Amino acid sequence: MIENFKDRNVGVQHYRFLKLEPTPTTKMGKFKRFLRRTFKLELFVGLKVTFREMIKALFFGEMHTVKYPLEKLPISPRFRAIHQMLRLLESGHYRCIGCGLCEKICISDCIRMDTRYDENQRKEVVEYTINFGRCIFCGYCAEVCPELAIVHGQRYEVATEQRASYALFEDMLTPIDQLKNQKEYPGFGAPSPNADENIKKTPLAY
Amino acid sequence: MDGYIIGTIIKAILVLAIISALAGFGTYIERKILAFMQRRLGPTHVGPYGLLQIAADGIKLFTKEDFIPQGANRIIFMVAPIITAATAFIALAAVPLFPEFEIFGIKVQPIVSDLNIGLLFVIAMMGLGLYGPLLAGMAQDNKWGLIGSARTAIQFLSYEVVTGLSLLAPVMMVGSLSLIDFNNYQAGGIGNWIVWSQPVAFILFLISGFAETNRTPFDLLEHEAEIISGYATEYSGMRWGMFFIGEYTNMITIGFLASLVFLGGFNPMGFIPGGIAIILKVSFLFFLMLWVRASWPHVRPDQLMWLCWKVLMPIAVINILITGIVLMV
Repeated sequence: MIENFKDRNVGVQHYRFLKLEPTPTTKMGKFKRFLRRTFKLELFVGLKVTFREMIKALFFGEMHTVKYPLEKLPISPRFRAIHQMLRLLESGHYRCIGCGLCEKICISDCIRMDTRYDENQRKEVVEYTINFGRCIFCGYCAEVCPELAIVHGQRYEVATEQRASYALFEDMLTPIDQLKNQKEYPGFGAPSPNADENIKKTPLAY
Repeated sequence: MDGYIIGTIIKAILVLAIISALAGFGTYIERKILAFMQRRLGPTHVGPYGLLQIAADGIKLFTKEDFIPQGANRIIFMVAPIITAATAFIALAAVPLFPEFEIFGIKVQPIVSDLNIGLLFVIAMMGLGLYGPLLAGMAQDNKWGLIGSARTAIQFLSYEVVTGLSLLAPVMMVGSLSLIDFNNYQAGGIGNWIVWSQPVAFILFLISGFAETNRTPFDLLEHEAEIISGYATEYSGMRWGMFFIGEYTNMITIGFLASLVFLGGFNPMGFIPGGIAIILKVSFLFFLMLWVRASWPHVRPDQLMWLCWKVLMPIAVINILITGIVLMV
């Protein structure tokens, strides 16, 4: 199913040309077409098609309807919805190193962060908010993040009562008990599937 | 005599109640069948399988504001939907719905009134029903309505000829206009059905029946894509609902007419008793109307006139001629 969403060449896959006969110009030709169409019972072909579709829908599970709030279509893994803050899998500590690149690159100025040095002289995130009223979900923050700490999740139902609804760092952070379910983001900024093949050794001698 | 009057009143009330309920149920069936044919689900949320959708729609129709446009002719505007609904039910008065049965020791004939001109009466009443859309369209001071009523007029002029002529051939064979006589004529089993001896008349009658009930190949009067809602543009609430009860009742009536005149009526079909047999036949014809609506595009008004006057009417006349010659010889 997801393959269908990934494939962007929509123009060439399942289309085929209809074998249309040329439009008759003479009266005899028109009369012949009239006779052919009358006795070919084309109308009943139409009836057959709709009946076949009904049988397929009712008994072979080919109903198109998706009962939306109860079931959802899969969305592309590259879809850019509400952000998520990921944790390190080993230690469970959040990945963010407080470098501030996402704040710097954000073109709609919706990310604000405040950091300080903790007792081990490491950067610690004190405040981190995203204003989703301003965010245009461009994906630059996820692309620029050196640690794959801020990524786009799959939550696309973002109706809200307020124009500006902020999300705090803790809201977007993976809950610590959900750590084993945390998935890597395959969109912007993520290493491509063939990343290993693309790596070349750095030449030592110039 | 007293028993006859009371029985007739009870029968009339029963027909009115059951058929109008069935007409409401018909809207549900139509939405479901159309949905399945387009691989959708149809109404599902109100009640089990969406069955209570009818009740929800009924409540909506009854509680809506009864709105009459300022420039409309008030009286005609108010009367027009009643004409459609009333004539649809009056037409059913001469239609025998089931075979005779016995209840509480009384022999009941399930026909409100066995007229000796039954078929003519039904056709006349259904034709009269077209005055509803005609007057409604002209009274409502709306251009779409006016186009709708003009189309009603041309549709009426086109198909009514074919209806009459196509039914004439079976009438010549049976020699009576009473629908009970039609039924008894075909009592000898499936081989005796008039559809085998009059296939052309059956097809012609079906085509003109679709036109009579404004079903899809010929739904010119209210085609949404062209003329908003045609004659029903300015109607809302229960007045609009009455048009649709009339339309669905007409569909049921046409189903009964076609099964009585051509498909053996309520004679038992092998092991199937007569009452069940006619319900099956009417259900199939009702389903056919929905099936056709899901499958076929509709025609232009000029194509309908061309079809009725230049194709169907000559075929009907030739059919009558051949029937007459065969009957004489």
